Amino acid sequence: MIAFILRRLVQSVIVMLTVALVAFSLFRFVGDPIASMVGQETTLAERAELREALGLNDPFIVQFWSFVARAATGDFGISYRLQQPVMELILSRLPATLELALVSGILAFLFGVGFGVYTALRRGNWLSGSIMTISLIGVSLPTFLIGVLLIWVFAVELQWLPSFGRGDTVYIGDWWRTGLLTESGRASLILPAITLGLYQMTLIMRLVRAEMLEVLRTDYIKFARARGLSNRAVHFGHALKNTLVPVITITGLQMGSIIAFSIITETVFQWPGVGALFIRSVQFVDVPVMAAYLMLIALVFVVINLVVDLLYYAVDPRLRVDRANARH
Amino acid sequence: MPEPLLSVRDLVVEFPTRRGVLRALDKVSFDIAEGEVLGMVGESGAGKSLTGAAIIGLLEPPGRIAGGEIWLRGERIDNLAREKMRRIRGRRIGMVFQDPLTSLNPLYTVAEQLTETIRTHIDVSEKEARKRAIALLDRVGIPAASRRIDDYPHHFSGGMRQRVVIALALAAEPELVIADEPTTALDVSVQAQIIDVLKEICAERGASVMLITHDMGVIAETADRVAVLYAGRLAEIGPVRDVIQAAEHPYTVGLMGSIPTLTQTADRLTQIPGAMPRLNAIPTGCAFNPRCTRVMDRCRIDRPELAARPGGRQVSCWLYDTAMEAADG
Amino acid sequence: MTDSTPEDRPNALVRAWDSDIAWSFRRSPLAIIAALVSLIIILAAVFAPWLAPHDPFDPGTLNLMDGFTPPMEPNAFTGNVYWLGTDNQGRDVFSTILYGARISLFVGFMAVLFAMVLGITLGLIAGYRGGWLDSLLMRVADVQLTFPSILLALLIFGVARGFIPPAYREAMAIWVLIVAIGLSDWVQYARVVRGATMVEKSKEYVQAARVIGAHPTKILVRHILPNVMGPVLVIATIGLALAIIAEATLSFLGVGVPPTQPSLGTLIRIGQGFLFSGEWWILLFPSLTLLALALSVNLLGDWLRDALNPRLR
Repeated sequence: MIAFILRRLVQSVIVMLTVALVAFSLFRFVGDPIASMVGQETTLAERAELREALGLNDPFIVQFWSFVARAATGDFGISYRLQQPVMELILSRLPATLELALVSGILAFLFGVGFGVYTALRRGNWLSGSIMTISLIGVSLPTFLIGVLLIWVFAVELQWLPSFGRGDTVYIGDWWRTGLLTESGRASLILPAITLGLYQMTLIMRLVRAEMLEVLRTDYIKFARARGLSNRAVHFGHALKNTLVPVITITGLQMGSIIAFSIITETVFQWPGVGALFIRSVQFVDVPVMAAYLMLIALVFVVINLVVDLLYYAVDPRLRVDRANARH
Repeated sequence: MPEPLLSVRDLVVEFPTRRGVLRALDKVSFDIAEGEVLGMVGESGAGKSLTGAAIIGLLEPPGRIAGGEIWLRGERIDNLAREKMRRIRGRRIGMVFQDPLTSLNPLYTVAEQLTETIRTHIDVSEKEARKRAIALLDRVGIPAASRRIDDYPHHFSGGMRQRVVIALALAAEPELVIADEPTTALDVSVQAQIIDVLKEICAERGASVMLITHDMGVIAETADRVAVLYAGRLAEIGPVRDVIQAAEHPYTVGLMGSIPTLTQTADRLTQIPGAMPRLNAIPTGCAFNPRCTRVMDRCRIDRPELAARPGGRQVSCWLYDTAMEAADG
Repeated sequence: MTDSTPEDRPNALVRAWDSDIAWSFRRSPLAIIAALVSLIIILAAVFAPWLAPHDPFDPGTLNLMDGFTPPMEPNAFTGNVYWLGTDNQGRDVFSTILYGARISLFVGFMAVLFAMVLGITLGLIAGYRGGWLDSLLMRVADVQLTFPSILLALLIFGVARGFIPPAYREAMAIWVLIVAIGLSDWVQYARVVRGATMVEKSKEYVQAARVIGAHPTKILVRHILPNVMGPVLVIATIGLALAIIAEATLSFLGVGVPPTQPSLGTLIRIGQGFLFSGEWWILLFPSLTLLALALSVNLLGDWLRDALNPRLR
């Protein structure tokens, strides 16, 4: 178990270093960092001085190392566009993105598993038929279009829900600004969360359905039925648990995608999160922000992968190898 | 004659397909007496497993019972409501499947699967169920049962897993156990042990066994009577010794001829020419007629019904038609 | 068929009609509808300059007085009637859709072509050569697969823009976009082609060709490539739908094609601005077109996968 976690940790560090290399290359080679920092009237001599002072003349590996060292402490420099420390910018916007991603992820998982199980158990009935058809459209619809159409129907025509922003927010602790504790904050979250979660929900649903149908055909399900276990026990005790093993992996990876797709949703709903910040940085070639965002996303992916591995381990006893080898 | 434990009458199982309805079992009738071991033999696809699945009410859709009746101790069970049939499964009819490696849910410990089964059918406490489960595991020959009960299936070897499967099938003390090729997937060295365990426990509890297999050796050692299936129809049924030593149906004769024995001094084993017909191409008349060495004109036109023969045997073959009339007269 | 044609031509047609694919196509109404819708949109886009009633990019033909004309209603000032209405500048929405679809499809097709050529080439090399090159390529592919492709396209787009001097950014945008989308989607092709190459490589006819000294490139192109065209076609079709969606998304986010060459995504971005003032048609019709295009190409890809039944993934 410890060896397993250690191996995973080493792999994660390698991935992070690779991404750091990409991020650093962005820093170093995209545009001229000096030109982005200083005004037009700076002399060439001053520029050369600054270049030396910033260590831009050092060997590549030295520069990379100092980049990693600074990144590890959360120092990604100053945004070219906003002239603020990048980390400060990201931290102030992170809660918005995380709250949105978390709520959509939970929605996607709950409804995805629910619909998936329902359509697998009630094959051929009209309701599961319609759910499957709608899901096909859901997979083909671009995320931003879903958002725009939801705004049109629920914000413009029906005027039930707000169309942009986070509503009222309150602070939890020093820097976490939450919208979950106010009514307008929760109302503002509904449409973006649906938009962001819909695609993942259809994916999870289709996966759960396929896996469930697969599991229902297995011998141990037949044997469970032959022992007279109730449908409930067979479907939810035996079939669902086995279905969830592969579903956990995919859902975990989807959580990463949800964070990435939040770029789109945040733009549609003018949600003040890191995704919207990233889009701006791409438009303005604001390299420090791009690099930091890249590292952040990589970190999220690595952490999620680790968590998924551990969950897997908890759910599937076959992976707990240490005991198995001793017996037989 | 006492009432049989299980009585199957003219059972018909059909599979509707795009190209018409396939008849996988055609008017199969047999009884299993209290405490009896009935062997069910036939080639793959003859309908052995389907018979078992039909009895326990677990035919895979679109397969369905299209005719006939199944009686369990005087109660008709083929048309029971789903919930009532569920209560019979495990409690009154247990089933052992072929592959022990896939029969157990890999995510639950043996204890969890056993106590769940016991408590589904018998109103006992968790603690009592566990006690029974350990006793059961001990009985089927799992060493150190009280410790190993908390292991997961993958901790056991194939033979041990099949013992666990038998324990599970017998957990709620059923009156009838359907064992569908219980040893086919196992190592040859443990096959005999598994059959012995199954037979012993069932004998102890007075449970009847329907043993589905294509291994005549197992049948010879284990079964009291044997039923021979061919293309979804019963060819012959009778006491195991009689059928093996003096088979009457030409198919059974051929089947027996293909078994090597120690006493037999034959130079070569006989083989039935041809192959069993597919379900969509069963010939009219007797299903066996294209392969039969003693085929008559009548066999190609009329289908022979299962008819009683002396010594409690039944055969469906026109060869014995006149003989039967003579015996009656 | 005419009697003067050589024998093989009607035969080829008959053969095509009788093939399994054609048979499965005729039996699938959904595939027929999807194919029809795709075809109509593609043709309309290709012939946009001839079909469109107005040229939305020619300011001379625009009349600001025509602005915000609802669909099928005469304009209050000029009395002009537009099928799908006009936008704020008096541009005919129908015409902008035709030209927008043209750009969306152009970017989509080019991106797929780019991804396909890149993926097939790398897949062939990796599968044929094996060794460290193969492991390296496949490691890169694995890492890339765990990353959402839209994020990747965004990053590539951002980086590429950094390298291009600001003055050229607008002119190069469409090509940068094609490369960004293409680069984010080559992995699927490479994987399938690599797998097939490794299987074919060990077969006798390839060995034989090697023995007689055929050049590896020739072996790859002649013998191995035709074997993977089926799966590649399926990936390309679904890839086209994905590329169209990716382009629309990036353009909607404002990082795609320049506003002077609006694609469907740009049109939707513009249309969103008029939602609250009630000019719904500026948003709705481009959205429906994009939806119809993406859905029908997707369905076509789905059907093709089932019809060819290659074991994808």
